[in-house]
This record gives sequence, structure tokens and C-alpha cells, in this order.
Amino acid sequence: MSASFAILAALVVVSAIAAMTLRNLVHCALCLAVTFIGLAGTYLQLGAQFVGLAQVLVYVGAVAILIVFAILLTRSGEPGPGRQFSATALMGVGIALAVFAVLGKVITSSAVAKRPAPPMFDGSKATVAKFGERLMTDYILPLEVLALLLTAAMIGAVIIALREKETK
Amino acid sequence: MNPLTSYLLLSALLFSIGLAGALTRRNAILVLIGIELMLNAANLNFIAFWRYGPNPEALTGVTFVLFAIAIAAAEAAVGLALIISIYRHYKTTNVDDVSTLKG
Repeated sequence: MSASFAILAALVVVSAIAAMTLRNLVHCALCLAVTFIGLAGTYLQLGAQFVGLAQVLVYVGAVAILIVFAILLTRSGEPGPGRQFSATALMGVGIALAVFAVLGKVITSSAVAKRPAPPMFDGSKATVAKFGERLMTDYILPLEVLALLLTAAMIGAVIIALREKETK
Repeated sequence: MNPLTSYLLLSALLFSIGLAGALTRRNAILVLIGIELMLNAANLNFIAFWRYGPNPEALTGVTFVLFAIAIAAAEAAVGLALIISIYRHYKTTNVDDVSTLKG
């Protein structure tokens, strides 16, 4: 396990915990952006340059900003007087811990853990040109469906968030 | 430790943090943030298995992650629009208070 992975993993985990536990929602959104940046670094470390940059572009650039806008529009930036966690918070944390215990047990005891690491994959083989070629040949139908989905989601989001007309 | 195992454990930990947040927080926006964290954990799994899998030249894992990122962006846009709509109606984003359909 390299030092860069340890640093990135610590950054991701600490900022994710902060994003889920802080009281002020704006702080939560900023910690979420830090988590996304750490994950983009992990993708770059694994040799997936294009996905790492897409992660920064989409998540840090769009989703985090969208969440900040939603926090401002719903005026929930300032923490209210009540509790921040639901009444069944202990059960929720217990369920999450149980899920992690099961996943960790399965990961460490699987055959994948004992397999030797393959030789270093040449990152230059995963170029944007290769991606474009694959998207325009093998994955052309999923790409078109996705374009339709994004259009529908955009129109749907606008219609849902439209102010309702005053009924006379 | 095997590098693949460490990436998978990081992803499992991230998934559990997102799950804990989605189950325990009362604000709907934070529930959505928890779901985003879980989606990102799945993406990290895809990338790790692609990198350490038998045939990384096929680029299947990364392509899947690209599609997953696009779908997650659409999900975030619709989810936040719903939260804004709920806020207009109920004047709150607290998921415990939006219980009209509760039996």
C-alpha cells in the first residue's frame, strides 16, 4: 500500500465522515466536494485519467454546486434548534456498521484478496481517443439512451421545481 | 495487503459512511448526499476491478463508470428539484416532518 493511497484514503474517509456529521449544511456540502476531489485523485492513481477528470467536472463542478444552491433555496444552511439526527439514529449506525462488517469480511476472505497484483497497466492505453471510439461504436445505443435520459431529467427537474400557479 | 483489497475496503467504508448518513440525518439534502457517497463507492469498485482485472484493455469498467456518473447527475438534479418542491409545500426539508402518507 503506497503512501499516496494512504493519504487519499484518509482524505476521502475523513471528509466523508465530516460531510455526514457536521451541523451546518454548507460545511457538509464543501466537505462533500473534498470527498469528490479525493476520489478523483484515487481514479487518477488507478490510471483512469478521463474518468478522474469527468469526476471533477461533474461532481465538484456541478453536483456540489447544485447542492449548495438547494441548501440556499431551502434556507436550511443555518442549523435549526432541533436535533440533527433522527430518533432511530443508533439503529441506522448499527445497520451501517453491520453492512461494513459483512463487506469487509467478504472482501478479505475472497479469492480476489489472495490473487497477486497484475503487472502495471499502461495508462496510455486508456486514452480519450479510445474512449470516443468505444462510445461511438460498441456503446452507441446506451449513449443515445443516456442522452434521452439526461434531456428528460432536465425537463423533469425544471417542471418539478417550477413555482405552482396561484389558484384563484 | 493486496492493492485491490485496500481499494475495495476503502470503497466499502465509503459506502457504509454514506449509508449511515442516509439513515440517520433528518435533512433531506443530507440524505441525498449520503446516496451520492454510496454511488461514488460503487464507482470506485468498478474502477478498481477494471484496473486489477484480467482484461483492462477492454475499457468496460471505466465506460460503465462514465454512464453511472451521468445517471447520478440526472438523479441529483431531479432529487434536489423534488426537495425544493417539498420545501415550497411544507416549508421544511426535515424528512421526519413530511409524513402525510404515513399510516
